[in-house]
Amino acid sequence: MSAGRDLIIVGAGPAGLAAAARAAEGGARVLLLDDQPAPGGQIWRGVGGAPGAGDDVLGAEYAAGRAALARLERAGVARAAGATVWQVTAEGEVGWSAEGRSRLVRAPFVLLATGAMERPMPVPGWTLPGVMTAGGAQTLLKSAALAAEGAVFAGCGPLLYLVVAQYLRAGVPVAAVLDTTAPAGRLDALAHLPGALLRADLLLKGQRWLGEIRRSGTRVIRGVTDLRILGTERAEGIAYQRDRGAWERIAAAHVFLHQGVVPNPNLAMAAGIAQVWDDTQLCWRPRTDRWGRSSALGLFVAGDGAGIDGAVAAEAKGELAALQILHGLGRLTASARDAAARPVFQRLAREQRARPFLDRWFRPAPQFRVPEAADTLVCRCEEITRGEIDRAIDTGLAGPNQLKSFTRAGMGPCQGRLCGLTVQELIARRTGRGPEAVGYYRLRPPIKPLSLGELADLEIEEAAPADEGADLGAGAAPHG
Amino acid sequence: MFRRLEARGTGATVTLQFEGRAVTALAGESVASALLAAGLTAGRQTPKTGAPRGPFCMMGTCFECLMVIDGEANRQACQVPVAEGMTVARQEGAAALALDADPVP
Repeated sequence: MSAGRDLIIVGAGPAGLAAAARAAEGGARVLLLDDQPAPGGQIWRGVGGAPGAGDDVLGAEYAAGRAALARLERAGVARAAGATVWQVTAEGEVGWSAEGRSRLVRAPFVLLATGAMERPMPVPGWTLPGVMTAGGAQTLLKSAALAAEGAVFAGCGPLLYLVVAQYLRAGVPVAAVLDTTAPAGRLDALAHLPGALLRADLLLKGQRWLGEIRRSGTRVIRGVTDLRILGTERAEGIAYQRDRGAWERIAAAHVFLHQGVVPNPNLAMAAGIAQVWDDTQLCWRPRTDRWGRSSALGLFVAGDGAGIDGAVAAEAKGELAALQILHGLGRLTASARDAAARPVFQRLAREQRARPFLDRWFRPAPQFRVPEAADTLVCRCEEITRGEIDRAIDTGLAGPNQLKSFTRAGMGPCQGRLCGLTVQELIARRTGRGPEAVGYYRLRPPIKPLSLGELADLEIEEAAPADEGADLGAGAAPHG
Repeated sequence: MFRRLEARGTGATVTLQFEGRAVTALAGESVASALLAAGLTAGRQTPKTGAPRGPFCMMGTCFECLMVIDGEANRQACQVPVAEGMTVARQEGAAALALDADPVP
C-alpha cells in the first residue's frame, strides 16, 4: 500500500459518494477524486452550494443529494475536486491532475465511478451554437439558475421530460417538445410491462412530468421521425417531420437534444477492463461481477458507468463495491459483508425492475443514432461527415481504429465520446456485421488532454510493498 | 438567450474580463455559464473550418467550450469556476503554441 491508502475512487456522483462513505465508515483509507468543481456528480450537480435554481424547481430527488454529501463529510474522506483523472492502469496506478499539478498515485483497490454521458444525437446542425444537450440545459439550471426562454426540446427519454417540467416549474416557457420515441420500441417494451408495474411509482413519476407539461399548454409533438436544426452561424430554429410527412418549422434560438444516457466508457476502456456489448441499451459496459469487480484485479466499477440503472441503483452499486473492498482489506468478514449487502442487493434489484421496459420504450430510433444525410457531421471535433465515413468504410477498412487513422474521426479532444457509438453502428450497418463484432475505438491514456508541462512535472508516488492484509479479491479476475 | 432565475446561496458575485468587457458572474458558477448568461453563443471556432461552436454538454465530455482562460488555451470553460479578475477570450482556430506565455519548465 502507498501513502497509507487503501482505495482510490474516481467520480463523486451517487456511486462514488456512497462507496467512499461506506469504505471510510468501515475503516478504509480512501482518496476520492472528482473532475467536477464540487461533489454530487451530474444528478446532484452543485447541490452542495452552487448558485443554482431552488429545490422547488429541481425537486426532492435533487435535494436528496445533500444527505449523501453530509454522509461523506461525517465519514471524513480525503478528496480532491477539479481533479482530472487521465489514466488508470490495470495495476491500480492512477494519474491525475488538478490546478496544473499532475500526480501518479496508487492503492490496492481502485473504484471507477465515472457515471454516464448523454448518447450522441447527430442530427443535421447539431454543432451550431445554441444547440446543447438537455442534460447540459439541466446543468445550467442546477449550477447557475440559468434557463433559456422559448427553447425547443427534442428527442426521447425520462431526462428530456424532467428538464422540460423543471423549466415549466421555474416559469420558463418552452416553445415545443419534439418527441422522437419510436413506435417499434413501444411495442417491444410492452412484453416487459408486468415487471415495470412492480415499480409503478417510477412510471407514475414520468406520468407526473408529462402531466405538468400537458397542463402548461406546451406544444408536444409526438411521432417525430426526422429533425434538422436551422441556422448558419447559430441555431435559429428546428425543422421536423412527423411520420415522414411534410417538414414543419419552429423558430428557436435554443434547441436541447437528448436520447438517453450510456456509460461514459473512456476511463474503463483505457484501463483495459473487459467490456460487454449491451444489445438492449445499445452501449458497452464493463464486465463486472455482482460486487462490481472488473476483469482487472483490484479494479472495480460501480454506478451508471457499469450499466445504466439510475441514481438510486448507483448508490447501491457503490455500497456493494465498498463492502467487497472492505472484505478484501480484511476489515469485514464474509458473513458481515453478506449481511450488510443483503438489503442493498434487494434495493438494487428493485431499482432494476423497470429497466427492461424503459430501455425498450425509449430505445432511440435508428435514424437518430446514425444520421441519414451524407453531409451531417458525425465527429464534431474533427468535423467528419457521415459521407466521408461511408467512403472510408467502402474502401474495405477493418473497423473503428482503421477508420480513425483514415479520416481522423475520433481523434479530437473528446476522444470519441460523441462519435464512437455512431461510428461503430455505421460500420456495422454498412458491412453487415453486428456492433459487437465491429467493436469500439481502442482508447489509450491519457483519456483527457494533458499539457507537456504537467507531464514534465509529474509527481510519482513511490511504490511500496503491497499490504499483506489486502486480498485483491481471489476470484475477481474471472468474470462472474 | 439565457436568463437568470432566482438562485440559491448568498448572491455573491465576482467580475471577470471577457475580451476587455467586464462580466459579472455568480460566485461558484462556471466560466461557461457566466458567459452564456452574458449572452455569449460561440466561445471558439474550430481549427479545421473555423465554424463557430458553443458550450454543448456542460459536464466536461464534449470539449466544445474550449476557451483561453487567464492566457491558457484549451481550457474547458464548463469545468473552470469563475474567479475575481479572471480574463477569458474566445479561442479562434487551433490553439496557438504560445511558448512565451507558457515557458517549458
